[in-house]
Amino acid sequence: MNKRKQKILIVDDSELNRAILADMLDEEYEIIEAENGMQGVAALQLQGMDISLVLLDIVMPEMDGFGVLNVMKQNQWIEDIPVIMISAESGSSHIERAYELGVTDFISRPFDALIVHRRVVNTILLYAKQKKLVSMVADQIYENEQRSNLLIDILSHIVEFRNGESGLHVLNVRTLTELMLVHLVQQTDQYHLSPTDISMICTASALHDIGKISIDEKILNKPGHFTPEEFAIMKTHSMAGAEMLQNLPIHQDDPLVKVAYDICRWHHERWDGRGYPDGLVGDQIPISAQVVSLADVYDALTAKRCYKDSLPHEKAVEMILDGQCGTFNPLLKECLQEIAPDIPAHMNNSNSITQRNQREMRNVAQEMHQHEELTASERTLQLLEHERMKYSFFAALTQEIQFEFTLSPPMVTLSAFGAEKLGLDEIIMDPLQNEKVHALMDIQERQGLSDALRSTTPEHPVITYDCRLNLNGQRRWYQITARAVWSTDEPPRYTGAIGKAIDTHESRMRLDALERMASHDSLTGLLNHAYAKKRILDRMDLRAACHFALAIFDLDHFKSANDNLGHAFGDHVLIHVSEKLRQSIRGGDIAARVGGDEFLIFLEYKDDVESIISRIFSSLCGVYEDFPISVSMGVALTEVVGSSYDDLFHSADQALYTVKRSGRGQFRFYDKSMQNMLSAITPIDNGGERG
Amino acid sequence: MTLKECYAAMGSDYDDVMGRLRTERIVQKFVLKFADDKSFELLQKSLEEQNYEEAFRAAHTIKGVCQNLSLTKLGASSSALSEALRGGSWSGEAAALAEQTAKDYKETISAIRAFQEALGG
Repeated sequence: MNKRKQKILIVDDSELNRAILADMLDEEYEIIEAENGMQGVAALQLQGMDISLVLLDIVMPEMDGFGVLNVMKQNQWIEDIPVIMISAESGSSHIERAYELGVTDFISRPFDALIVHRRVVNTILLYAKQKKLVSMVADQIYENEQRSNLLIDILSHIVEFRNGESGLHVLNVRTLTELMLVHLVQQTDQYHLSPTDISMICTASALHDIGKISIDEKILNKPGHFTPEEFAIMKTHSMAGAEMLQNLPIHQDDPLVKVAYDICRWHHERWDGRGYPDGLVGDQIPISAQVVSLADVYDALTAKRCYKDSLPHEKAVEMILDGQCGTFNPLLKECLQEIAPDIPAHMNNSNSITQRNQREMRNVAQEMHQHEELTASERTLQLLEHERMKYSFFAALTQEIQFEFTLSPPMVTLSAFGAEKLGLDEIIMDPLQNEKVHALMDIQERQGLSDALRSTTPEHPVITYDCRLNLNGQRRWYQITARAVWSTDEPPRYTGAIGKAIDTHESRMRLDALERMASHDSLTGLLNHAYAKKRILDRMDLRAACHFALAIFDLDHFKSANDNLGHAFGDHVLIHVSEKLRQSIRGGDIAARVGGDEFLIFLEYKDDVESIISRIFSSLCGVYEDFPISVSMGVALTEVVGSSYDDLFHSADQALYTVKRSGRGQFRFYDKSMQNMLSAITPIDNGGERG
Repeated sequence: MTLKECYAAMGSDYDDVMGRLRTERIVQKFVLKFADDKSFELLQKSLEEQNYEEAFRAAHTIKGVCQNLSLTKLGASSSALSEALRGGSWSGEAAALAEQTAKDYKETISAIRAFQEALGG
């Protein structure tokens, strides 16, 4: 027999203790060893249901046995994987706590080899049996539901057959009932309808006309109009159906029977109170009966009967909405209107049988979901196992840093590649307290990422987050794309995230370089005019209450230097002046090359602006390789001309022109007397930025 | 020297261990292995570094192994030591117990070594 051995995980910090246990068990079982709680959790995370049993010590470094049990409990692993605790701790408080956390058995040291062996074997057998039972029960539920649906179908078909209706009436009523209810619960929760309720109402809807079995066939199938007496008899069918259900010898208390009772009795009531048999008004009529009633009317209108032709879908909807065929809950009319376009595709369709089967499958799934003891059948487990295998295979193939984060227990799982790349363990418990994680990611980045994830919604859970990680002593840009995981209950809770991180350092650096190229003058490394203007506007915007000065200067006789000593020399002069300029301005000041030999300075001042300008002015003057450097400078103050950039620039330009006219080599502040001056700056130098 | 004699030399309970682990093969295998176990080194190192929580775990581990192998004497002293160290506390009593444990450990190990030599290993 080539059967695979079942796996036992031994978590104990003493190698010798693990060896003693392994020695007793390794003939029949495959043994996985973990030397502390953290490794134990990692093994469980990796192997999941493949592990048939855990032998767990209590006192261990990193994470103790209770820690492991807590994680197993939070992840609900403890429900599927039995744990036997083995410990030299024999205090009853320890034993009690272990049982509370869900261990199956507690063995004290020193243990008897035979007893350990027997308990292990028994526990594994017990759990295997339980798993088998769970899946048998799940199959049974499925089969039972199939069968009861079949019986209901047969029963209602008999009624229809007698009634001369097509066999599709019951199906159509059921389909429309479901469409309506599903849409209704999306609009309002005032009727407190769970998925189970909806499925029950749909099933019970098939029984709405069973009372007709008590009506004389001659009346039932009479072509043409009823006499008042005949109509009175006809009307008894709703109460008759309800009584049949009420008088059932058994099952009266079954929820399905109760719902069917409501539907039978009240599916001919009207919202305005003019229906039968009880004349209920509005929401006195159970919502189940209201919906079935509407569905019944719709199908009656669109179906062909011995006494009438069929109406088209649009006409039928119109008549119901107009109140020509009874009055209905306005909410339901709204629902009908909204789902109307989808209805024809679902009606008179033999496919609806298969659809129904799918619905039933879904019901079973919901059922199992709701019952904690039936968390998963063998089939779902296999699917899960398959997905896990698929995921880890692809994760191993891609050279990507992938991660999964769970809030409770706080734990990060990294792809093997990611763990290696980041120098972290594949499983990190309590990552926010982990020193390696701290070293990798600064507190602001961690907080920022956490905030970004928490501010998502279940509808828009995906974020991208750019941050810097400290890797091998280098700060590198990474882009994290992550999907926040929200619980499905109401209100949804943030439970963690999955995602990946990509190294975007190179492209980010290239982008930065491009941005730099676009904003800086290539010769001098100063800002260019367009970018300086943007910075100046931002600055004035940010500090609107402050005083600013804008100075424009150019080099006197630069043209002659260019002409006589060559352009290369001219370039060196410009670089030299730029360097001087850079040294003479203060940290927050802005310096730019406007074009040619023209430069711009923008600075903030408090009172004595003249001495600042004077200092900068004199530091610019001097000699470069025998070429005397002299500058002419015009300055405009926001105090004088206001905070419009164009006014500032224009006024400084006019002041500069005034300097040029009066002999160069000095600086002047703009005043009103200059307002008719020409521009010193050639338009082409001006960056085309002037408005 | 037989395994039984070795147990007597260690102040340990041969009948008890045979009752639980059943075969001399297993007992012999793990007693020999015990001589190479690193828990005692860890205990000494943690005590030197005054890391009493780690020391507690190490003493606790030794206690557990001793119980499994019925090394009664060392089991008793390491058990008392681990109780004294529980919660990372340190006291004069713990110091005395640490000494006692070290003494018992040395006796145990020398008995195992003698047994090993007798086996010709």
